[in-house]
Amino acid sequence: MEVLLGITGKDFTLVAASKAAMRGATILKASDDKTRALNKHTLMAFSGEAGDTIQFAEYIQANAQLYSMRNNIDLSPSAVAHFVRGELASSLRSRKPYNVNLLLGGVDPITDKPSLYWLDYLASLAPLPYAAHGYAQYYCLSILDKHHHPDIDYEQGLKILRMCTDELKRRLPIDFKGMLVKVITKDGIKEVEYDDEARIACP
Amino acid sequence: MDTLVARYSQPMFEKEYSEEDQLELCQPTPSLSLKFAMPPIAQPSAWLRAATDDHANPNCPIKIAHGTTTLAFRFQGGIIVATDSRATAGNWIASQTVKKVIEINNCLLGTMAGGAADCQYWLAYLGMQCRLHELRHKRRISVAAASKILANLVYSYKGMGLSMGTMCAGVTPQEGPALYYIDSDGTRLSGNLFCVGSGQTFAYGVLDAEYRYDLTEKEALELGSRSILAATHRDAYSGGFINLYHVKEDGWVKHGFSDTNPIFWKTKLEKGEFSNVTSELV
Repeated sequence: MEVLLGITGKDFTLVAASKAAMRGATILKASDDKTRALNKHTLMAFSGEAGDTIQFAEYIQANAQLYSMRNNIDLSPSAVAHFVRGELASSLRSRKPYNVNLLLGGVDPITDKPSLYWLDYLASLAPLPYAAHGYAQYYCLSILDKHHHPDIDYEQGLKILRMCTDELKRRLPIDFKGMLVKVITKDGIKEVEYDDEARIACP
Repeated sequence: MDTLVARYSQPMFEKEYSEEDQLELCQPTPSLSLKFAMPPIAQPSAWLRAATDDHANPNCPIKIAHGTTTLAFRFQGGIIVATDSRATAGNWIASQTVKKVIEINNCLLGTMAGGAADCQYWLAYLGMQCRLHELRHKRRISVAAASKILANLVYSYKGMGLSMGTMCAGVTPQEGPALYYIDSDGTRLSGNLFCVGSGQTFAYGVLDAEYRYDLTEKEALELGSRSILAATHRDAYSGGFINLYHVKEDGWVKHGFSDTNPIFWKTKLEKGEFSNVTSELV
């Protein structure tokens, strides 16, 4: 029941992840950050098996940062995405594959083009205008199909994200303790103030 | 169990009416449920699942038609009922032109999701019971009563493998517009808004975001049809045609059985929605 959402717009990419860290029937933490910054313009959100997720995310983060230090230039979001896919693909055929699903949001530092990549544990890679993982897909993709346009501005992006999280609060049987929202623009990654207090009831 | 065995282990020549049958014939109204021959085993549902559960056993001998999106919601101007029209049996699309809205009478509609045969049969049977109620009591049955006939009936078959998720929508002078959800577990709920079937979540997504009780008739019809379109786009087991009904005080009105394909492209090209569908290769 982990929620990952991503939305691109005119000049930004929004990445949102649920704040609950769950093990079995227990919420261990209600302010979990399921994202890692890979470099100045690329953010990765992850869900999946406990342990695997953070191990894999930090492995990718370390490698992306090593590349930046060695070469004095950051990998582009597309380059990172293909690197991550490669790592997932080789992991998939290993003795113990990583069970991790990812969203990779970024803004290309050269072209300033926002991008979003959807990856799953089977090493599928899909560049998409908007994406979700887990049960959120079932509720949010139809909303995004209807309300998303590629040239939306930041405020409209947040408004669509709000529609999605409201619907999840309304229909998901388990409380996911709200969303941690981050935005990537050409100026870098910023956390967004996101109000989670409102109670949403079924109509 | 013993009674069950006793019923089927009577000698062949005993053709006389049993006491039970005689009693039933004397009664002015027959019992709610018809009598069906049950497989002579302890757990009919487990046996049925072994023969029909495509998900657990892809080689199962019988594949039941499943998979649907249906929705109904109440608003200021009555009730909107909308469905897709696809029937699937396993991975096979068995039909693209199923009528999933069943017209029980000119004020009452039922929707079908789950086993196609179960829904078709029992909703037809419900129609029969509603007509009998009308003849016996000289007035039309309330939606609450009609839905309860169905709920009690499926409850009497609980655990025997019935599979149905239906909604009953109607307008009566006593109740006004009324909407009930009934499923084969025996659940019966009244409410303003329900989506049922494998595509329910996608329909809920679109519907919840813009649903209000004071929707105009035009807005409500558009929202109902757009919600089904959303589900046919994302759910592989939904598709075909959008079947749209509006239930008003003086009966239901049908608003078409329209192909989703041209509607999808019209929505995409004219409104710019579905921006994930591109002609680019990646």
